Amino acid sequence: MKPAPFVYHRPASLPDALALLERYGAEGRVLAGGQSLVPALNMRLATPGALIDINRIPGLDEIRLGAEGLVLGALARLDAVERSPLVAAHAPLIAQALPHVAHLAVRTRSTVGGGIAHADPAAELPACLVALGGTVRALSRRGSREIGAAEFFRGVCTTALGPGEVLTAVVVPRLAPGWRSRFDELARRHGDYALVALAAHARVADGTLAEARLVLAGVGATPVRAARAEAALAGRRMDAAALDAAARALAEELDPPSDVHASAALRRHLAGVLLRRAVRGLLEA
Amino acid sequence: MDTTVAIELAVNGTPVGRRVEPRLCLADFLRYDLELTGTHVGCEHGVCGACTVRVDGALVRACLMLAVQADGCRVETIEGVSGTGEVSDLQQAFAEANALQCGFCTPGMLLTAHEILQREPGADPARIRLALSGNYCRCTGYQAIVDAVHRVGGARGRETR
Repeated sequence: MKPAPFVYHRPASLPDALALLERYGAEGRVLAGGQSLVPALNMRLATPGALIDINRIPGLDEIRLGAEGLVLGALARLDAVERSPLVAAHAPLIAQALPHVAHLAVRTRSTVGGGIAHADPAAELPACLVALGGTVRALSRRGSREIGAAEFFRGVCTTALGPGEVLTAVVVPRLAPGWRSRFDELARRHGDYALVALAAHARVADGTLAEARLVLAGVGATPVRAARAEAALAGRRMDAAALDAAARALAEELDPPSDVHASAALRRHLAGVLLRRAVRGLLEA
Repeated sequence: MDTTVAIELAVNGTPVGRRVEPRLCLADFLRYDLELTGTHVGCEHGVCGACTVRVDGALVRACLMLAVQADGCRVETIEGVSGTGEVSDLQQAFAEANALQCGFCTPGMLLTAHEILQREPGADPARIRLALSGNYCRCTGYQAIVDAVHRVGGARGRETR
């Protein structure tokens, strides 16, 4: 299908973009990489009155290490992030996750800001941002604010961004000593949305996971943090019994959806498979 | 009321200026406005890979980019890379390996395969298969395509040694 008609704007600056967002209100949509929005336009799932294309706003595509951590600009393309030595060194979880996102010809356009703001519950980046304890930077005509990743994702494709607000960057804290990451996912085909994905970030000490942050995609309306599985891992010697116990805790705390792609029972099982792989990987790495 | 927007871009090295509706995607612009019908349109939501082209050197889905977004850009299609001979070894290998039947996926396959081999000259068949997983072929079963791309990767590697 073809999109319904819309008005197209290509602001040259953030103030211009914010003015347009205010002018169009609920009829205006921000166009970044377009790899989720344009399919929605083509299928007429989205019929905005105006598109505000932020692609030509300079400075929004930075990938930079600052005092606050690794800063990924809203327009940083996933292909560039995937290949960035800074990301590999300071946010290995994201570097591991990105090859799972769709395919190369999508990642060349797809942006960090778009992937976070779109908030697809099966998407990889939101789970990574929550696992890493990152923040989202948002700008409106009232000023800028930072939103913690755990508070940012509110529901299926729903975020804490308010009317007239645009995501400008995400910030990932610097990798602390001893912390390691493991991202893995299971999908029908490579590049499809995850049936289940696991972003695991943990502090390894004395052959155990002293602290672990486990965040899953594809098992709920938002990225889902698995607090009981985290507790079952923390500080334990990971023998077969301990691993079974952690996988059981995970299966008990998850309440995944059943849909055409997989049943809830299959998703629960796959989450356990990913947990076992992640624990082994984190301890070996 | 005229709702069209003026764009200027370079397509396969030739400067082009047109007025387009904002909702026109780049793939339809190439096909209907410029009659470059080698760029195919399959799924229109970025899954099948038939519309793959290059914009400013980057591989993109032409169904997921608006023509207005290509204003000021350098667009290369299968017609362009065929004309320059950039993918002629791949085309030859596809023919020899029976890596196409109906040909609908072939332009996207060739552009994607070329990009893989440029990024990973020594890509093994498993890597090639993974990288081509975003390009659907409903005829061949993929084995012949992977064979053809792998063969070209090896030949290009020998040439540069």
